[in-house]
Amino acid sequence: MASSDDLSGRLLAGERAALARLISWAENSDRRFPAALSSVYGRVGRAWRTGITGPPGAGKSTLVNELASTLRERDRTVGILAVDPSSPFTGGALLGDRIRMEDRTLDPGVFIRSMASRGSHGGIARATVDACDVMDAFGFDEILVETVGVGQAEYDVISAADHVVVVVCPGAGDGIQAMKAGLLEVADIIVVNKSDVPGAERLAMDLEEAVHLRTAGPRHVAAWVPPVVQCSAAKAEGMEALLDAVARHREYLQGGELEATRARKRAEQVQRVVSERLSEALWGELGYGALVKSFLDAGSTPYDVASDVLSRVLAGVPVAASGDRAGETGASAS
Amino acid sequence: MGERRIRVLVGKPGLDGHDRGAKTVASVLRDHGMEIVYTGLHKTPEAIAEIAVQEDVDVVGLSILSGAHMELFPRVREALGARGMEHVLLVGGGIIPKDDIAALEAAGFSKLFGPGTNTDDIANYIKAEMQKRWTKEGADA
Amino acid sequence: MSRNNDAGSVSVVDPRAIWEQAFRKAKLRDVDFSTLSGDELQPVYGPDDVELDEHADLALPGVFPYTRGIHPSMYRGRLWTMRQFAGFGAAHETNQRFKFLLEHGQTGLSTAFDFPTLMGRDADDPLCKGEVGQVGVAISSLKDMESLMQGIPMDQVSTSMTINGPAPIVLAFYIACAEKQGVDPKVIRGTVQNDILKEYQAQHAWLVAPEPALRMITDVMAYCTEHVPNFNTISISGYHIREAGSTAAQELAFTLANGMEYVRRGVAAGLDVDQFAPRLSFFFDSHLDFFEEIAKFRAARRIWARKMKNDFGAKDPRSWMCRFHTQTAGVSLTAQQPENNIVRTAFEALAAVLGGTQSLHTNSMDETLSLPTEKAVKIALRTQQIIAEEVEVANVADPLGGSWFVESQTNRLEAEAERYFEEIEQRGGVVPSIQAGYFQSEIHRSAVRYQRAVERAQKRVVGVNCFVEDEAGPEIEIHRIDPASERHTVDSLRELRETRDAGQVQRELDAVRAACKDGGNLLERFVAAAHAYCTLGEIAQVLREEFGEFKEPKIL
Repeated sequence: MASSDDLSGRLLAGERAALARLISWAENSDRRFPAALSSVYGRVGRAWRTGITGPPGAGKSTLVNELASTLRERDRTVGILAVDPSSPFTGGALLGDRIRMEDRTLDPGVFIRSMASRGSHGGIARATVDACDVMDAFGFDEILVETVGVGQAEYDVISAADHVVVVVCPGAGDGIQAMKAGLLEVADIIVVNKSDVPGAERLAMDLEEAVHLRTAGPRHVAAWVPPVVQCSAAKAEGMEALLDAVARHREYLQGGELEATRARKRAEQVQRVVSERLSEALWGELGYGALVKSFLDAGSTPYDVASDVLSRVLAGVPVAASGDRAGETGASAS
Repeated sequence: MGERRIRVLVGKPGLDGHDRGAKTVASVLRDHGMEIVYTGLHKTPEAIAEIAVQEDVDVVGLSILSGAHMELFPRVREALGARGMEHVLLVGGGIIPKDDIAALEAAGFSKLFGPGTNTDDIANYIKAEMQKRWTKEGADA
Repeated sequence: MSRNNDAGSVSVVDPRAIWEQAFRKAKLRDVDFSTLSGDELQPVYGPDDVELDEHADLALPGVFPYTRGIHPSMYRGRLWTMRQFAGFGAAHETNQRFKFLLEHGQTGLSTAFDFPTLMGRDADDPLCKGEVGQVGVAISSLKDMESLMQGIPMDQVSTSMTINGPAPIVLAFYIACAEKQGVDPKVIRGTVQNDILKEYQAQHAWLVAPEPALRMITDVMAYCTEHVPNFNTISISGYHIREAGSTAAQELAFTLANGMEYVRRGVAAGLDVDQFAPRLSFFFDSHLDFFEEIAKFRAARRIWARKMKNDFGAKDPRSWMCRFHTQTAGVSLTAQQPENNIVRTAFEALAAVLGGTQSLHTNSMDETLSLPTEKAVKIALRTQQIIAEEVEVANVADPLGGSWFVESQTNRLEAEAERYFEEIEQRGGVVPSIQAGYFQSEIHRSAVRYQRAVERAQKRVVGVNCFVEDEAGPEIEIHRIDPASERHTVDSLRELRETRDAGQVQRELDAVRAACKDGGNLLERFVAAAHAYCTLGEIAQVLREEFGEFKEPKIL
């Protein structure tokens, strides 16, 4: 059975199966993953990460495929993560995004991985950021993350990406819907896909107007105004314009915000890992579930019980004599 | 939190476009809690094996109704081997005569499912096999 | 008995109420009483359940809207054409099977092609290894077509060719082959399936993206109207939609929606609807639900007649007529107890005949296991002959017309189809619905629903979920394709490449490329290219390069 050292060594040696397996470890919360990540972490930070989000049917997968092709023409290597929803009932998932990206399967400069959301609701999977990190360490120049795409703003993609591209198209999920769903709030770049379909021009104008209103207000210091780019991914048109917009955003980030933003996102990742492990520990091995139930049975309100639980945790009071292993659970995230 | 889920590649090698069975099985396996990567139609053995690598699947399930299974199934197996993926549970289905089933099972396929197979049987077979393998991995570790 | 006892009270009580009361007390079997497509059925139908309008809906056979049949005399005039689909191996092997079928009384030829041909690839293409001649005959060039038709008089036989993506190219081979036999293309008869829309929806043997594919189809219509007037240029097929898992209503609706799309395209290309519509024909599945299928055929004729007359303004009655070929349902056959398939096929064939089909293919019992053997094919053909000659059903047109049940099913299917037409319209039409995967996911959902119903034994299948026998049933002979067929086809192709005039090949391929760009009639170019012995794969490659390939939408 593979140790974390073996696998990180093979990853650094450029073995694709090792990359694939490390992503699985991240997805499965394999206990070997943290060590494997730390041994390759020195190589993390060189890739640019672009999140692609938008409502269903906007053509995200096709856009990702075309972007990857255009990036390959520019000699950039590309890692792709495509997230699809897991069934809340069975936990199963149909991961079908790569069906639109198959031109690139046998290209050694491209690696496509499908991920199931596995209970996360923010548009990406819990392990997506980890998967980006290992792809980054593997050495891809560009990482593209396609979110689940259910039509609501999928805010978690912000934490996984340097640039968030929101894709909309005329018709099905048009501009007003996009605005209502909060998609514009997450966008660094807005793409109106299917620019050959009637209504595309109008939609682009509406979105520009909306962006202008949002960024021109007195409270808003408009350092970056999300551009609206029109393209037709199915016809491979507009990719250059989109990559130009990405390049401008890149320059803007490099002009000052980049390091701070990435540091902030890493800190957020730490917070996520801590809360995850904390709750895993609390309701798992520390046995707080039973305590909560007994208090509720005794007639306390949920708020009273929660306060009680928190004060016990903060004071380091264990629930059961045998359960005090909290130190082991919380420590490795820094 | 992250728990291990069975990841299955459902693949259509060759030129035949009959995907009713492949897609139905994909849906049923999803309902059994598995994560399914569907390759789409008209894939070469090499492409299927490469997808298996990138997706780190536990199971590769192939469907052919074109009569070309004796050519294409072994080639997928070779392509998987060439990429270090010989550990996957390899299964297949389609219009496959009995003699061919025996030959393929001797050549490294764990199981072939013929016409009229109950899809739950496929799911249960995969679950049982993966359970065995994971139990063994746990014991080895 | 009750009539004598209680005559007085019967006259004041509603007979339906009496029946309802008795029915509610009856003990029912614990099975599903819906149609095969899952539509709820009443236990009995009567005059309250359906309005019979003998003029608007149910005019006599041969009279608009043709619900009861397209010919006034129906099978008294002429029986349906018995047309068994055949094809395997190298062209000369299928040629032998064709001659066998003609000798045994078959009245038309029907060609099955192998996957390389269906996908527009030559037999020596590396992607085709192991697939050449497997599920049909391999035709890579005019040379193969010549050996397929060798010794068969092309001015007398009618030939149906089941091919779609590269249909215009293969049709060009057929036309060129006739010319080489000294037969004027104006007299050749037959049908080329050439229905690309259902390929994207269900069967998935496509060549290029939808819009250029549709342009090629209008090129075929235009060319044939002038030069090959007795060939049916398109067979709009529900068969593959149904086999992919759709319900009867979906098969009906999607097929007719496709048909209307072709008519729209033809009209948009400047053709007069009455010039090409009479050459459109249809192809349906006949599945196991006897009455639902009969109702489907009747509804198809009525809907098509109304659409063509009212929406498209066709004036020629032949444009209004939905003429169709039927094949029994391949998916209804079981690998278990395969002889039972003879019986299933017989019922399905009977439904097609009672539904007024123009031609019929009956499946062979061994088709879930392999390509059919000669013996199995003969039984399948005899099944049709028994229906035609022995059971006396060919004497009376539309014998079920006026049945409250069948008429209510016919109305239901027509209404369901209309709802689908609206849905497709709202999605922007057939092509956008294909690109968004609408048809594909509707069909997939129905397929999964049916599969689960069988597995939960809500739908019964003898030998599968009831009356099951031990695995070791009777041994069925398997028809295997000799690997020598592939070698033969590949060798013959290599020889062709060496002996033909390479300069002329290049000139014709360039001409095809130019026509792709400048809008010249492509079938005309293909016929010229066929004569130069350009291969299927070479011509198709030009099309793929010029027009772009189709990408499957994500539907799972």
